[in-house]
Amino acid sequence: MSGSGEDIVQFSNVGLRYGTGKEVLSDVSFTLYPGSFYFLTGASGAGKTSLLKLLYLAQRPSRGMISMFGTDIITLPRDRLPGLRRRLGVVFQDFRLIPHLSAFDNIALPLRVAGVTEQDLQKPVADMLEWVGLAGRSDARPATLSGGEQQRVAIARAVIGRPDMLVADEPTGNVDPEMALKLLRLFEALNRLGTTVVVATHDLHLLKKVPDSLIMRLDKGRLSDPTGALRYPPRRQAALS
Amino acid sequence: MKSPPVIARAIARGFSGLSGERGSQLLPQARLAGPMPWVIAIMIALTSIAAAGGLALNNLAQAARAELSGGVTVQIVEADPVERARQATAAATALAGKPGVSAIRVIPDAELDRLIEPWLGDAASGDAAIPVPALIDLHLSGTITPQRLGELRNALASAAPSARIDAQADWLGPVFAAISSLQWLALALIALLALASIAAVWLAARSALGSNHETIEVVHHLGGTDAQIARIFQRSVARDALLGGCAGLAIGLIAVFLLAQRFAALGSGMIDGGGLDVMDWAILALVPVAGIVLAALTARFTVLAALRRML
Ligand SMILES: Nc1ncnc2c1ncn2[C@@H]1O[C@H](COP(=O)(O)OP(=O)(O)OP(=O)(O)O)[C@@H](O)[C@H]1O
Ligand SMILES: [Mg+2]
Repeated sequence: MSGSGEDIVQFSNVGLRYGTGKEVLSDVSFTLYPGSFYFLTGASGAGKTSLLKLLYLAQRPSRGMISMFGTDIITLPRDRLPGLRRRLGVVFQDFRLIPHLSAFDNIALPLRVAGVTEQDLQKPVADMLEWVGLAGRSDARPATLSGGEQQRVAIARAVIGRPDMLVADEPTGNVDPEMALKLLRLFEALNRLGTTVVVATHDLHLLKKVPDSLIMRLDKGRLSDPTGALRYPPRRQAALS
Repeated sequence: MKSPPVIARAIARGFSGLSGERGSQLLPQARLAGPMPWVIAIMIALTSIAAAGGLALNNLAQAARAELSGGVTVQIVEADPVERARQATAAATALAGKPGVSAIRVIPDAELDRLIEPWLGDAASGDAAIPVPALIDLHLSGTITPQRLGELRNALASAAPSARIDAQADWLGPVFAAISSLQWLALALIALLALASIAAVWLAARSALGSNHETIEVVHHLGGTDAQIARIFQRSVARDALLGGCAGLAIGLIAVFLLAQRFAALGSGMIDGGGLDVMDWAILALVPVAGIVLAALTARFTVLAALRRML
C-alpha cells in the first residue's frame, strides 16, 4: 500500500496470465510519480498493451499488488472502480470512437458520464475541439474524419476531464511523423498541467523528443529497470508546483 | 503549440449522468426498434384478451352465484293432482314458519305449464296431462349448508311426504367447476404470455447488447457505472414497450369489444352476467403498464448480468 499519497501508481511483483496460458507479465514492479512523463517500449508481444490494461483498470492481475491513487485496487469492490476510471484518460490504439456520435458528442462523453450539465460542458468541449484543431468539424461523424483527425478526437476525449493520469496505447501508430510530433506536443502540454502521462510506443525516435521522459522497457513480459529509476525513482517535483 | 484550454474538472462528480436524451442518444435507435414493438404488441393484445376472458368469466360466475345463493327448490313429486296441490300448500305453510326463510313462492300451475310447453307441447296441460311436479321457490338468508337442507327436509316429512328439496346451486356445480377451470386456463395463458414476453425482451436486449458492445465498453472505461449503462437500455426497451403496449392494448380492446357484442347478441340470461365493469376495464388498461415494467426490468437485469462479467 502506498501511504505517502505522492505516488500515483504502484506495481509490486505483478504477474498476469490470460486464462491458463503462460504469464505475459512477470514480476513487474514500478512506481509512477505524479507529473512525470513515461514511455513504455518493447518488442511486439512483449506485453505493453497488457500492462496498459492493468493501468486503465480493464484487467485484474493474476498476482501481485497494484495500488492507484493510494487505493489498493486488488481488493477494491467492483462498484468503486468507476470512480477511479474517471480520474484516468485513455487513448485506445484503435480510438474506439462511438460511430454514430459527432466529434463534439464523442468528446463530451466523459463529461456527460460524470454528470456535467449540458450548459457547463458546451464551452470546454468547444475549446477542446479548437485545441486539437477540429473547431470546424464539430458535427462530423468519425467515419467522415481522416485517421489523424479521429486520433485527435480520441485524444481530446481522453483529456477533456483533465485526468490525473493519461494512458495512451500506440497513439502515434497510424500517423505520419509530423502528426506524431504534434500529438506528442498535446501530451506534453497536458503533462505541464500536472497529468501523469504513460505512452506505449514502438517508435524509438519519439523517446528523444521529450527530454524529461522516463523509459519503461518491457522484454518478454519483464520490466527491465537497469538504473532502478522505476522502482526507486529519484525525487522529482510535480510539474504543477 | 498553444497550451490546452482550461479543461473541465469533472471527475467523479456524480453518478447521475447520461440520464434522459443524452443517454438514449448513445444507442442508435434502429438497433432496438425493428420487431420489438410488434412482438410486444402481439403479447399485450393476447394478454388483454385472456385477461378480459378471465374477468368476464369471474363476473359470470359471481352473478350466477349471487342469483342462486340462498335459492332452494322444493318439488312435490305426486301423480294425483289433488294430493299434489294439498301437499304443496301444506309444505308452503310448514316452511313459512321456519327461521331463515326469507321468501317463499308456490309456482302457479299456469307458469309451470308455460315452462314445460316448449318440450311437451299441449300434452302438458288439460285433463290428460302428464303429471308434473309442483314447484316451490324458496329463498334462505345466509349460506345453505347440507345441515340446513336436512332440517328443512325433516320439517316437510310429515306435511308433504312427496317433497324433494335441493339447493339450486348444486345443480350448477359442474358449470361452476367448468368456469373455474376456464379461469385457471386464462391465468395460465397470461403467465405463459408473460414468460414469452420476458424471453423476447431478453433476446432483444442481448442482441442490442451485442451490437452495441463497443459503445458499452467505451462508456464503461470512461467510468460509466453499471446502473448508468443499464438505464440507457432500459429506456430504449421501455419506449419500444410503450409503443407496442399501446398498439397491443388497442388491438386487444377492439377484439374484446367485438366479442362482448357477439355474446350480448345471444341474449342468454346466463351470459348477461358476464359483462365487464369499469374496474375490469381499468385492470385491462393496466396490462400494457405491467408489460412495460416487465420489459424494462428484463432489459435492466439482462444488461446488469452482462456487465458484471466485465471488470
Ligand atoms: N486477451 C488475450 N488472451 C490471451 N492472450 C493474450 C491476450 N492479449 C494478449 N495476449 C498475449 O499476451 C502477450 C502480450 O500481448 P500484448 O498485446 O500485451 O503485447 P504488446 O506488447 O502490446 O504487443 P504489440 O506491440 O504488438 O501491440 C502476447 O503473447 C499475446 O499473444
Ligand atoms: Mg499492443
